[in-house]
Amino acid sequence: MPAEIRRDEVRRLVDRGAQLVEVLPSPEYEEDHIPGAIHLPLRKIETRAVEVLDRKRAVIVYCWDTA
Amino acid sequence: MYDYVDGKLDWMAAGLPTEGTNAMLPRAGNTARKDAPTCGLKDRLGEVRERVRTQGWDSVVVVNEERVVLGLLRSAELDKDADLVVERAMRPGPSTFRPYVSLHEMAHFMVEHKLENTPITTSDGRLVGLLLTKDVLEAMDKAK
Repeated sequence: MPAEIRRDEVRRLVDRGAQLVEVLPSPEYEEDHIPGAIHLPLRKIETRAVEVLDRKRAVIVYCWDTA
Repeated sequence: MYDYVDGKLDWMAAGLPTEGTNAMLPRAGNTARKDAPTCGLKDRLGEVRERVRTQGWDSVVVVNEERVVLGLLRSAELDKDADLVVERAMRPGPSTFRPYVSLHEMAHFMVEHKLENTPITTSDGRLVGLLLTKDVLEAMDKAK
């Protein structure tokens, strides 16, 4: 179960090299995403995570909001 | 693995930058005047009035020590008795909008409600700036 974090912690972890991953579908990612976020839609996470993400760096996933 | 549970909406509501096709579109947060005057609840109205009108403003946002918006003083409120404290003169709890709201949406709302301006705040109520209707309409004209 991923650890839940808030905005300040996101910024701190990103400053230390964490990878940001947006799991929303394409149009939403393309319209707006957090700077530097990698696009990995939820339905592709299992198949593509290994090739897209660096295993040595922390990963922070996010979507639109808490819903 | 971490989960930023509040998500992109929280990020944008805090007025933080984004990337993408919408990132360069004019939004409330970009166009709001960051130099809008502010004052505290216990300030004397007469002093506030003199200060802001000298600077060329006719509206003031009432905030607490953490810049959380508490009220608004527009022209009608600023013209009240100089000895009043701001808390007694202000319009409490004004409508506020988030930085990511499009100017198109703001123009529609502000014109419909005949507002000269409206505070733009983060999701925790902190002032980002004061959005003026004339700035919104000018920006939309330029974008045509």
